Amino acid sequence: MQKYDLVVIGGGPAGMAAALRAKECGVKKIIILERAATLGGILEQCIHAGFGLHYFGEELTGPEYAYRFIEQVEKTDIEVKVDTMVLEIRTGNIVVATNAVDGMLEISATAIILAMGCRERPRGALDIPGSRASGIMTAGTAQKYVNIDGYMPGKKIVILGSGDIGLIMARRMTLEGAKVEMVCELMPFSGGLQRNIVQCLEDMGIPLKLSCTVIQTHGIERLEGVTIANVDANRRPIPGTEQYVECDTLLLSVGLIPENELTRMAGILIDPVTNGAVVDENRQTNRPGIFACGNVLQVHDLVDYVTAESQIAGEGAAAYIKKKPRGRNHYVSVKGKDGVRYVVPQNINENTDKDVKLYFRVADVFRNARIIVESDGKVLYNKKKPKLAPGEMEYVIIKAEDIRALEKKELVVRLEVQQ
Amino acid sequence: MKREMICVSCPIGCALSVELDDSGKVLSVSGNTCKRGEKYAIDECTNPVRMLTSTIKVNGGALPVVPVKTSKPIPKGKMFDCMAAINNEVVDAPIKMGDILISNVCDTGVDIVATNEI
Repeated sequence: MQKYDLVVIGGGPAGMAAALRAKECGVKKIIILERAATLGGILEQCIHAGFGLHYFGEELTGPEYAYRFIEQVEKTDIEVKVDTMVLEIRTGNIVVATNAVDGMLEISATAIILAMGCRERPRGALDIPGSRASGIMTAGTAQKYVNIDGYMPGKKIVILGSGDIGLIMARRMTLEGAKVEMVCELMPFSGGLQRNIVQCLEDMGIPLKLSCTVIQTHGIERLEGVTIANVDANRRPIPGTEQYVECDTLLLSVGLIPENELTRMAGILIDPVTNGAVVDENRQTNRPGIFACGNVLQVHDLVDYVTAESQIAGEGAAAYIKKKPRGRNHYVSVKGKDGVRYVVPQNINENTDKDVKLYFRVADVFRNARIIVESDGKVLYNKKKPKLAPGEMEYVIIKAEDIRALEKKELVVRLEVQQ
Repeated sequence: MKREMICVSCPIGCALSVELDDSGKVLSVSGNTCKRGEKYAIDECTNPVRMLTSTIKVNGGALPVVPVKTSKPIPKGKMFDCMAAINNEVVDAPIKMGDILISNVCDTGVDIVATNEI
């Protein structure tokens, strides 16, 4: 069996940033295992600009953002195995993987970083009545067809869901000559970034239909059209509002799901809201030495935040590998309520020596709401924000000394909404 | 003339209202909550620009297309002209990151550059 200090599962932005930071922190033997043929992950097909504004202070395309990290990885002695699928994490932190060259691999690791990313919610999760005609696919699948494989999957397009990938693909397909009829969004607001609504839909003259969904697809061999309908406050289609829209392609941009099969198999606790692991401030899971970061932990809006989170995990793994003294973990638990859907990390070591950024998402669009962080009635943070939206991840920073001084080992992040 | 728009300078997304005279000159901007909103509104009304990204066909590469971008933002109204120029172009592998694949596209003074290796 091969032995490594650190095995990183996934070679996208999360895996690369985590491995690089661990290397900077002095970890010797590191290997990245990547399922695809190259490093870079989903960034390779995200050819649009807008990446890196926070992290590099300049606007890069996805492949450019990835390239900066690929170059750095190549300059180190971090090993990389591509076309390699991890099958299982056994007890004792043994990673079982397979590829065409090595056959089966068993790697014993001191620490493991989970950086498998997320995947799109598929059609099957939506239960839209209709046959399995061709022309129905996720927006990310269409993105791969156009940007990597170099062909257009259709000419007349309807997009269901206003997630960022759907918005980006609305513009991309229009620029390549397709007619994007509309983007339908079930919710009364878009889950995408405002910039994408303006530059992908308004620029291209594509209508965004809010509180509207696809209730039926038509066509047997190839998609011929869809029936759309408005929905009520309970997201139920309103009878009488049905409308037939002719199209040959339906793109779905209806959410992302962290890819946590390995995590679950390894018996790691999963947060039912994020669908990612429950972690502490170092991004360590409940299994000692196993860390998680990036979209496998929580779905991010910006890759810049993925990089920042993965560096935390890389540092955490490095500290674990060096066995820095830290007896049993005694945690402060962190919870969201009153409009705060979740908070990451879910636990903080009660004697942490670092300030902790609490990342969270809200459940609805709020204007002039106060973000309050408190413990047993004692307020640690209280600030008004002009706007909060589910599509924009928020964070607040809590000082290490404030965390160490907590009497009740519990932090609550909540909103106070003005009436 | 009046134009309504949403500012994208930050996530707040202020609803801006811009008053223009007949020549297109901006007379006033309202609805913004910071200076950046005013600048955004004036830029959008007088000289809106966008980064354009697409792909160009490649001969002899591991993949059939290479992703590209404009080296600088181009006038919004020229996006489809530039797309036509991009779609007429075929390049040969190998291509390096940052290679200029079309110079001065559509007389914009802006180049089309590769954003990946093929």
